[in-house]
Amino acid sequence: MRIRVGHLYPEYLNIYADRGNIAVLARRAALRGHELDVRPLGVGEELDPGAYDLLYVGGGQDREQLLIAPDLAAKGDALRTAQERGVALLAVCGGYQLLGRGYRGRDGSFMPGAALFPHETAAGDVRMIGDVLLACELDPGERRQLAGFENHAGRTLLDTGATPLGRVVHGFGNDGASGFEGCRLGNAVGTYLHGPLLPRNPWLADWLLARALTHGGTDGSALLSPLPDELEGEAFRVAAERARRRGGRR
Amino acid sequence: MGVRLSLETAAARGLGALSRAVGRGGGTTVPGKALWKLDPGAVDALARRLPEGTVVFSATNGKTTTTAMAAEILGGRRRLAWNRAGANLLSGIASALVSAGRADLGLFEVDEAALPEALERLQPRVLALGNLFRDQLDRYGELELVAERWRAAVERLPVDTTLVVNADDAVVADLADGRASALRFGLDDPRHARPHLQHAADSKYCLRCGTPYDFAAAYVGHLGDYRCPACGHARPALDVAARDIELRGLHASRFSLETAGGNRVIELRLPGLYNVYNAVAAASTALASGATLEEIRLGLKRFGAAFGRFERIAAGGKSIVLLLIKNPAGANEVVRTLEMGVPPVLVVALNDAIADGRDVSWIWDVDFEPLLEHVGLVIATGERAAELGLRMTYGGLPAERLEVIPSLERALDRGLGLVEAGTELVVLPTYTAMLSLRAILSERGAVRPYWDSTA
Repeated sequence: MRIRVGHLYPEYLNIYADRGNIAVLARRAALRGHELDVRPLGVGEELDPGAYDLLYVGGGQDREQLLIAPDLAAKGDALRTAQERGVALLAVCGGYQLLGRGYRGRDGSFMPGAALFPHETAAGDVRMIGDVLLACELDPGERRQLAGFENHAGRTLLDTGATPLGRVVHGFGNDGASGFEGCRLGNAVGTYLHGPLLPRNPWLADWLLARALTHGGTDGSALLSPLPDELEGEAFRVAAERARRRGGRR
Repeated sequence: MGVRLSLETAAARGLGALSRAVGRGGGTTVPGKALWKLDPGAVDALARRLPEGTVVFSATNGKTTTTAMAAEILGGRRRLAWNRAGANLLSGIASALVSAGRADLGLFEVDEAALPEALERLQPRVLALGNLFRDQLDRYGELELVAERWRAAVERLPVDTTLVVNADDAVVADLADGRASALRFGLDDPRHARPHLQHAADSKYCLRCGTPYDFAAAYVGHLGDYRCPACGHARPALDVAARDIELRGLHASRFSLETAGGNRVIELRLPGLYNVYNAVAAASTALASGATLEEIRLGLKRFGAAFGRFERIAAGGKSIVLLLIKNPAGANEVVRTLEMGVPPVLVVALNDAIADGRDVSWIWDVDFEPLLEHVGLVIATGERAAELGLRMTYGGLPAERLEVIPSLERALDRGLGLVEAGTELVVLPTYTAMLSLRAILSERGAVRPYWDSTA
């Protein structure tokens, strides 16, 4: 099957090795006989909500984020439509922040986001930097863990009733206080975790691919045969151990 | 008042003990650290005593090598206070000042984050700035943050401080904008430009208006000949340029150093375009500090390599080449140098201590791919060997050409066992992995410990 991927602002948002995440999705699709068709989506280009099975938004430096923020906010309607139709989405760090309602700077300024995720971010005084371990249950009964690295000054507060991606086992998470990390909305996932995230957490890569394939019209999980993932497992084990030993303390 | 006085006395006593320690030789970092703790102001006082003042160099990449090159040029006629082993925080500078005794000139590489305080204390007569790349974001923060701090620190410098800047780096060049005393250096040989900007390129957008720059040539990362198509902001004219560059594989390079005062052909016993940048930076720094073109030519010709940056170490009929990697821009240049002759076996060592960067995501921003097609075997080692193995796997390296061996010593021996006698094993370590590898080799008698290395 062909999986149509829209990669938003790859020229601007690529700071924490976002292409690693794309490489993992592409290879894991290819190993199962599927093809990832990745198309870059830049500033001023229209986002057709019906043209993609999976959307990806990475993180950028402040300057780059400022340059694309107005354009991303303008794509808000299209993004919400795509999400409601079941398009899979992964947003990391800056992309995760900008897909919320907006970012309040220390000077009180407000930079509107795409208003896809039910959250708002405010600049904090202390940067939250370190290894993270999360406990997730994206599907009932399917308990999993995610290991990554966070580096953010923004504190993201989820709206009441919003679903986090996971609970913080070690590390800071969204705001260093709530114990929540990331946000999950249907098939859309946003998170501060990079590292990059997917190489050492292949189950999430497969979860996204399954959702993308399902959106393409067939039962996605049946189209993804298991892979050995030995090296992936070892990389996860080391990263999780790092989080236990030196993850940020709340 | 009493407290302050007693502190000053303690500082003086400390200083006395320090000079005695220096008289006996050795143990020089401890007094430097002690001095720094006891009386940070002593650094200012010691620096002011240097008759020729101080020269400071900072950059993301090339600090140790560039400063060592400048030391080779400037050290011929003067006694230097120089932090040669790369101890580039204030405590390391204090050590160098204490141990140098009666030096004529201070020459210091300074950590990017420590630069503002170092400038305030040292009040250098020459400040040379090489480049800014994204680097260890968990430690330094984003590039813009470092640039802002540099900008504020540079603005506080007196007007007669000479600024030496890399004109090819838009952010760095801008720091000298409008300054009366400035020297701008760069590369000018489009034959060596990259066909397009690399994946991890920084500073791609116009400083003035945010439009993507047009690059007539991009040499290393975003370093090159840029111009904004919208507002015209462009690379300033070069006062010191490297032209007619010839790269000779893993061994040497050569270029024409062109200045207002004349030209010289520079022969360098180091490979790669990034070392040409280091050499032009060192030449410009030395020029601003009073060196002649002939001193520059001879100094660069003599120069071997800086500590761990590019070292050949003999090991039982074979040799080991250590090429330090620490961030995407630097590692990309190492890869590019190796592309000219891909080694049959490549050892890559990834640690994640604070000095390496705890966040290992940067390895995904390195373009390893050109090597992976041709290399016979990659041995991934270090504390994050598995992560590195994944990077290679997802970069297209087949499983049969990858071995993951976390133990540095075992990986080294495995690599040495595979290369033929008389040839070399290429090792790409991060900083603490490099230190560990050197320690292993030093234990075996293959390399002198770093404290008596002449860099």
